[in-house]
Amino acid sequence: MEADDEIYANGGDGPSRNRPIISGEQLDIEAYAGLYTGRTKITRLLFISDHCDNPQMQLEALRMAYDEIKKGENTQLFREVVQKIDGRLGPNYGMDSAWCETVDRRAEQRKERLENELNAYRTNLIKESIRMGYNDFGDFYYAHGALGDAFKSYVRTRDYCTTSKHIIHMCMSAILVSIEMGQFTHVTSYVSKAEQTPEALDPTTIAKLRCAAGLAHLEAKKYKLAARKFLEVTPELGNSYTEVIAPQDVATYGGLCALASFERTELKNKVIDNLNFRNFLELVPEVRELIHDFYSSHYASCLDYLGNLKANLLLDVHLHDHVETLYDQIRNKALIQYTHPFVSVDLNMMANAFKTSVAGLEKELEALITDNQIQARIDSHNKILYARHADQRNATFQRVLQTGSEFDRDVRAMLLRANLIKHEYNLRASRKL
Amino acid sequence: MNPIESVVTQIQGLSSSATDVSVLNTYLKQAEESLYTESTRLLPFLDHLDPSIHSLGYLYILDACTSGPISKEQAKTLVLIFARFITSCVADQIRLASDKFISVCKRFKDQVMLLEAPMQGVAPMLSAVRKLQSSSAHLTALHPDFLQLCLLSKCYRTGFSVLEEDIFEVDQPRDLFLYCYYGGMVCIGQKRFQKALELLHNVVTAPMSSINAIAVEAYKKYILVSLIHRGQFSANLPKYASSAAQRNLRNFCQPYIELVNSYTTGKIAELETYVQTNREMFGSDNNLGLVKQVVSSMYKRNIQILTQTYLTLSLQDIANTVQLNSSKEAEMHVLQMIQDGEIYATINQRDGMVRFLEDTEQYKTCEMIENIDSSIQRIMELSKKLTTIDEQMSCDPLYLAKAGRERQRFDFDDFDTAPQKFNI
Repeated sequence: MEADDEIYANGGDGPSRNRPIISGEQLDIEAYAGLYTGRTKITRLLFISDHCDNPQMQLEALRMAYDEIKKGENTQLFREVVQKIDGRLGPNYGMDSAWCETVDRRAEQRKERLENELNAYRTNLIKESIRMGYNDFGDFYYAHGALGDAFKSYVRTRDYCTTSKHIIHMCMSAILVSIEMGQFTHVTSYVSKAEQTPEALDPTTIAKLRCAAGLAHLEAKKYKLAARKFLEVTPELGNSYTEVIAPQDVATYGGLCALASFERTELKNKVIDNLNFRNFLELVPEVRELIHDFYSSHYASCLDYLGNLKANLLLDVHLHDHVETLYDQIRNKALIQYTHPFVSVDLNMMANAFKTSVAGLEKELEALITDNQIQARIDSHNKILYARHADQRNATFQRVLQTGSEFDRDVRAMLLRANLIKHEYNLRASRKL
Repeated sequence: MNPIESVVTQIQGLSSSATDVSVLNTYLKQAEESLYTESTRLLPFLDHLDPSIHSLGYLYILDACTSGPISKEQAKTLVLIFARFITSCVADQIRLASDKFISVCKRFKDQVMLLEAPMQGVAPMLSAVRKLQSSSAHLTALHPDFLQLCLLSKCYRTGFSVLEEDIFEVDQPRDLFLYCYYGGMVCIGQKRFQKALELLHNVVTAPMSSINAIAVEAYKKYILVSLIHRGQFSANLPKYASSAAQRNLRNFCQPYIELVNSYTTGKIAELETYVQTNREMFGSDNNLGLVKQVVSSMYKRNIQILTQTYLTLSLQDIANTVQLNSSKEAEMHVLQMIQDGEIYATINQRDGMVRFLEDTEQYKTCEMIENIDSSIQRIMELSKKLTTIDEQMSCDPLYLAKAGRERQRFDFDDFDTAPQKFNI
């Protein structure tokens, strides 16, 4: 775990905390990859190599992916990675056709054996064995990278599940494969299916399900729901779900989604005072600090942290697409919160607090006011923002008069239409006669 | 005696009392045939009649003698005769033969148009409309023609005076379509966009079984006026619009829908290039003027948004955000808008700053109270009318027959006299 802390430790604790963090500081790929196991490790490494413009990091990621794949049996992926490396890592990381062939041959044999076994089980109609057979098939396909087939095999076990434990097992396998495939609608449905069989759920599984649901909501851009799911993850998760998510990710995803979507009170109650979540936050001090900074209105430092994290977050396979939106929402939230308690705000000071220029700030505020998110007006001459309190009485008068004339208009139009319909009906009636 | 002469003496004799006039009406109906055969020789006999006394007879003879083709020379003299007749005739008499009167007036309109002097027709047509109306809520067949003449002669104000009266009774749907369409254009001419929107809205949402050209043109103008007046346009028609309109109108007006799309982006340059590229199409629809107003309304709209966000703003900044060329131009726009009461602001020329103020209306003045009171009165009257119509409707045998037919069989429950809530 010690190594894990290093991943985002570009601010660190103690004296180095206020040191300006270089935004381009490199992700420690080795430590990062150490957080994950299984296929997601490879996927994440490949994602980094695809989205990183630093060739050194790219090669590093590819090298580790190569090593990792070599441990498994996925020859298809192996060929792709070798192509990507393109001989840049020396002869040790070239095409190993001998390995590929042996693996493929073995896979062929194993598949045959599995098929024979399954057929035998099916003729004997032993439910449990059929389930096992399909499950083995699922595992086999998964190991060889045939995700679609793996998913089908796992789902097929469903008809042969006899205990709730089996159902949970089926759901977890289906969720795992669906996440790998990026089919997050499947994830949601299997999470709810698993939650419907509460008797077999142990705390670790519950935590895993929460993570999966959170990921699904995140992908669907439902940040508030995602935040809630991540916040419900209990510390029992530990390192048990590293084939999908690391506890550090729970803190980052949950923290950012919460910042972007929660009101102040909810932030306080569900994030800062949440003992369970605090354990996760300890793993990623930056996120913890930035949440606290946000809550205690130290926006400059909060935005600083965010800025520093950005480069690394963009290399995250799940967060990548959402970083910009989340950041915009957090920034807008911060601006709104900053102006909220004041009757008038000096734009110069505010621009300082947000580390931006007055002109830029004016533009941002303008957008928020037009959107009716801030009730205020800008005195551009003196660079002051004045809160605007709507005159209830005048507004009511205005609305009443408007409603009146609308009603007037609508009724008249309606009478006219009724008349036309009547006319048309009469016409038709007289034609019939 | 010459048959025409006898007709004339009959007219002269039977024009004093109401009973006489109705006798005359039946007599004239019978004589109609012979009048048509003599149509070419009738004109001199009109001199023997006084339109303000012998209105009905004058109408019949005038109708007969103008039924044939009329040359341009004849038209010049005829127009004067028409105009004199229409302005001086007696309403009670001509209403006995309203169809004849309508066709005479329509012929008069055609003559005026032939002479390319629509202005000459405006005043007579107005009095014709008034004489034909049974009440101010009645839409006559002459309304559209009158408004068309107003439009052609640019007498928008006269046309507007008719539009101010609410119309409820309609004889022909086509009259209503044209009335609302022309009326909308008259209101646009008077810059009364709210009223124009209302009228065009009536056309677009009127019940129709198939789409018609008037509705399509009205929808185009409706889109443009909506942009000018409200700065927005929602392409969804209300539920009560006919399904024909819901389905087809948009397809006929695709360039206009795209104009709306480029308007909503808020970017002047984009809008202007779009208008430029489709200039000819808008021109051929005779909507180029309105489209230009749409473009200039965008400046206003953007300035109005600024008033909500800023308390003070320099003219230069206004020019930059609204994409005007210079601060001078921005000043002109702001000044114009202050004059029109569209925004509340003061310009400080020394610093080049504009200070936006809140609406000064406090809803405390006597005028405002009177205004509100009159609104309440109007709405009370309207709701009274609504109740009467509802009552009428529920007694209308046609309606009841239809409603009964639709509910094919009576359920036994319908005759259940016990209130529903006691059924457990």
